[in-house]
Amino acid sequence: MTEGIGARVLRKEDKRFITGKGKYTDDIKMENQAYAAFVRSPHAHAKVTGINADAAKAMPGVEAVLTGPELVADEIGNIICGWAVSSKDGSPMNMGAWSALATDTVRYVGDAVAVVIADSIAEAEAAAEAVEVSYEELPVVVGSVKALADGAPQIHENAPNNMIFDWEIGEEAATDAALAGAAHVTKLDIVNNRLSPNAMEPRAAIATYDEAEEHYTLYTTSQNPHVARLVLSAFYNVAPENKLRVIAPDVGGGFGSKIYIYPEEIVCLWASMKTNRSVKWTSTRAEAFLTDAHGRDHVTTATMGFDAGGKIVGLKVDTKANLGAYMSLFSSATPTYLYATLLSGQYNIENVYCNVKAVYTNTVPVDAYRGAGRPEASYVMERLMETAAREMGMSPADLRLKNFITEFPHQTPVIMAYDSGDFAANQKQAMEAADYAGFEARREEAAKRGKLRGIGFSNYIEACGIAPSAAVGSLGAGVGLWESAEVRVNAVGTIEILTGSHSHGQGHETTFAQVVADRFDLPLDGISVVHGDTDKVQMGMGTYGSRSGAVGMSAIVKALDKVEAKVKKLAAHTLEASEDDIVIEGGAVKVAGTDKQMLWHEVGLAAYLAHNLPEGMEPGLKEGAFYDPTNFTFPAGCYICEVEVDPDTGTTEIVQFVASDDFGTIVNPMIVEGQVHGGIGQGIGQALLEGVVYDDAGQLLSGSYMDYTMPRASDLPSFSVHHQSTVCPGNPMGMKGCGEAGAIGSPPAVINAITDAIGNNDLSMPATPSKVWAAIQAANAATAAE
Amino acid sequence: MTKISMTVNDKAVSRDVPDNTLLVEFIRENLRLTGTHVGCDTSQCGACVVHVDGKAIKSCTTLAASVDGATVTTVEGLANGKELHPVQQAFKDNHGLQCGFCTPGMIMSATDMIARYQASGEELTEAAIRHELEGNICRCTGYHNIVKSIQDAAAKMANA
Repeated sequence: MTEGIGARVLRKEDKRFITGKGKYTDDIKMENQAYAAFVRSPHAHAKVTGINADAAKAMPGVEAVLTGPELVADEIGNIICGWAVSSKDGSPMNMGAWSALATDTVRYVGDAVAVVIADSIAEAEAAAEAVEVSYEELPVVVGSVKALADGAPQIHENAPNNMIFDWEIGEEAATDAALAGAAHVTKLDIVNNRLSPNAMEPRAAIATYDEAEEHYTLYTTSQNPHVARLVLSAFYNVAPENKLRVIAPDVGGGFGSKIYIYPEEIVCLWASMKTNRSVKWTSTRAEAFLTDAHGRDHVTTATMGFDAGGKIVGLKVDTKANLGAYMSLFSSATPTYLYATLLSGQYNIENVYCNVKAVYTNTVPVDAYRGAGRPEASYVMERLMETAAREMGMSPADLRLKNFITEFPHQTPVIMAYDSGDFAANQKQAMEAADYAGFEARREEAAKRGKLRGIGFSNYIEACGIAPSAAVGSLGAGVGLWESAEVRVNAVGTIEILTGSHSHGQGHETTFAQVVADRFDLPLDGISVVHGDTDKVQMGMGTYGSRSGAVGMSAIVKALDKVEAKVKKLAAHTLEASEDDIVIEGGAVKVAGTDKQMLWHEVGLAAYLAHNLPEGMEPGLKEGAFYDPTNFTFPAGCYICEVEVDPDTGTTEIVQFVASDDFGTIVNPMIVEGQVHGGIGQGIGQALLEGVVYDDAGQLLSGSYMDYTMPRASDLPSFSVHHQSTVCPGNPMGMKGCGEAGAIGSPPAVINAITDAIGNNDLSMPATPSKVWAAIQAANAATAAE
Repeated sequence: MTKISMTVNDKAVSRDVPDNTLLVEFIRENLRLTGTHVGCDTSQCGACVVHVDGKAIKSCTTLAASVDGATVTTVEGLANGKELHPVQQAFKDNHGLQCGFCTPGMIMSATDMIARYQASGEELTEAAIRHELEGNICRCTGYHNIVKSIQDAAAKMANA
C-alpha cells in the first residue's frame, strides 16, 4: 500500500488549480445575470434618517435598489449568533438586532444600508454612488475597554454598557487564595491584536431564483454550505431547505472567515427573488477588510503564581473581548469555550479562573479566525511561562518540564479532559532540532556582528476536532457538531465518498481518498471525493476547528465499516465461504488460504446485478454514517523561534523556526506539513506584521494591502517541521487535527524570542521595527539609569 | 468602446470593449479564461499575473487597450498540450499550493523569474526567490513549499 494512510501522496486536486481550471464562485457566470453593489455606511455609528434612491433607479442598467425596510417587510430574519453564552449571574447574552440591510441605525463603517442590482458591475457601482443616504451621526467607540467605561456611547439598547455577557469559568476564591500564597507571582497585561483573515479569494455569491419551482440556488464561498443552508432556511426565512440548494465550489481559503452567513449572501438570495434574475456579488478587497469578520482583539490581565520550587499554583485571567458591532455566528463561543477552556495549557494547574467580558464596539463583527480563542489562550500561557522563567532565573524549558501534565486522561479545572500527549517528548524533539544547546554560542557570534539574538519557546495545546454534540449543546451551541459521510461503491468498483467536510485548500480530495484506498487496498485513481453541494451530500457541519480529520474522516471510517461488512457478506455468499475467512487485499476479495476470490469490481457488479444475493440483502453497495465525537481532540507541541534583531533599526529576522507537533495519526505528512507551514506563517504575521487599526471615529485605517501588512515570502523563513505523536484514543483513526496548530502555537514563540533578544519584556504584537526599536531604547535607558 | 485585438495563448482574439476595460476583465469576462484571478484592488497580491510579450505583469492594473496587439500568455496557456510546464509540475510535486487561488499568479511570476535569472546567469537563491515574490501574496502555504517548488523548477529547467 503506497497510497494509503501515512503516504506522501501528491494531491489529486492540484491539476485543475495549476492549469487555471479551478472553478471558484466568481468564475461562474449565469444566464440573465445581474450584479449587486452595496451602499455602505461611511460612519461608524449613525441614525439612518432617509434614503433617496430616485436618481440611482433612473440610471442606465439599474434593475432595482433595495433597502432594509423592504427586507424586513419581506420577513427576512435578523442575523443570529448560534451559541448562547450566559453571564455569571445566569442572565442570557445581550444579542443586538442585526438586519442584513440596516433599518434605522448603522453601527460600523461598511454596515450595508442598501443594494443596487444592475446589468453590469460598473452600472451597479455607479448607481450605488448615487443613492443618497441621510445620516445623523452618533458618538463612536472602537475599543473594548473604552466601550465598557461609564458614559461610553451605547451601541445596542438591550446591552447596557455595551456588555454582551460577563462570563466566568473556574473557582475564583480558590484561585485568589492560591495566588495569595504563591512564592512568586508573574503578572502580564496582554493585548491580542485584532486581525483580518484575508483568504486570498474574496467572498462572493451568486443567487438564482426559479420562479416556477419557487427554488433558490446559491453559489457561495463557504466553508460549510450545509450550515449556510440550515441557517438561511431556519432563521433567515429565505426558503425552506428543500427549496434551497447551496453550492460552495472551489473556495480560495477560509481560515474561519467563510464559516459565517453574511448579509451579502442573504441579500443576493432575496434580491434574486425580487428581480427574478441571477444576482452576483464579488467582494473587493476593500470590502473584505471592512466586512469579513475579524479575529482576536482581546485585552487581558493574567496572573500566574508559583511555589518556591517553580510549580504553578494558580492562574487568574481577566479578558475583555471585542466582538464588534453585532454578534457573528460563533462570536460568543470563541472568547469563552474555545479560549478559557485552554487556560491550563500543557500544565498541571489546580486553580484556574477566568472572567471574560464580551463587548460591543463600532467595528466590524469579530469571530473565529484560524485557531479561534486557542491562539489567545496559548499566547497568555506561553508569555506567562517564559516571563516567569526569566523572573525566577530558571530555564524556560525546565520550568515547563517541571509543570507538564504527564498522566492521561487529565481533567483540567476548566472543563477539558485531555486524553493523550507527551509534552516532554515534543519539547525534547524541538530542542534537538533547534540545537538549543548551541544557542549561547550563536548569540555570542551574532553579538560580534552587532545583532541581538534571542530564542523563545511556545508549548501550545489546543482543543479541536470540534466537537461532541451533547457537550457543546450543554454549553450553549445551537447546532450539533458531528459529521456525515456516504461511501458509494459503483457497479464497476469505483468509489465516491460524499462528505460534509468542505475542502478549501486542505486537500480532502486526496486524504479522504487515501483512507478508502488504505481500507480496501485499492488505487487512488478509482476513488473520488464529492463535497460542497447540498443537493449531492445530504448534510454536514463543514470545515473549521481542525475537524475534518478527527470528525469528517471518522464518519468515513464508520461508513467504510458498513461497506466492508456488506462486501464480506456478499463475497462469502458468492464464494461459499464463511464471512470470517474473507479478506480484502490487492484489488480482490478473497477467501483466506485458498485461491477463491472475486475481483473488487466483481463484488460491486454482483451487488448491483442482484442476481444472487444472500437472503435478505438489499441490492446496491452504498452506506452512510454520522459520526459524533466523544471528546475534543488535543493537538499539542513545542515551537522554538530564534530571531536576530538589528538594534539600529528594530528589524527582526526569524533565523530559525522549529515545530514539533503531536497530531496523532497522520494520513498524509506532506499535506500536514503544509498546514503547519501556513499556520506558522499566519502566526508570525500576527506576531510581527498584522494588525487591524481603527481610528477614534471608527474609520478603518488598515483597509488595503498597502496598509495591512500581509506576510510576504521575504518576511518568513523556511520552517523546520517535525512530528512526535501519541495516538488519540477518542476516534477510530487516532487523529487529532493539524489545521490551526501553527497559528495557535507560533505567536508567543516569536515574541518570547524577540523579548529575549532585546532584554525588554514589554513588547506587544505586532512587533514592528518601530515598536522593537522603542523597546530597545527603553531597555537601554533603564540600564543606564541603574 | 474600443476594438482590442491580441494573441492570447497562441490564439488571435478581438473584442469590442469599453475603453476602461482592464486586461484582467478582458481575460476573465470577455475571453472567459478564469484562471487569472483578482485578489485585491491595489496591485499587491499578484493573483492576476500574466505574461505580456514575455514579461510578467499585473493584469489588474493594465488597461486592455494599452496592450492592444500584444502577445499574452495566461496560466491556461502555459502547458504544452497535455504536458505540464515544468513550473506547474514543480508546484504539484512540492505541494506548492493549497487553496489554489494565488497559484496561477505564483506560477506566472515564477516562470518569469526563472527565465530572467537563467538569461542573466545569476543564481536564483532562496533569498532571491523570496525577494522576487514580493508582489505575490499567499495566505495558505507560508511560502515554504512555493519557494521549494520554484527552486525545483529552476533546477530542472537549467538541466533541460
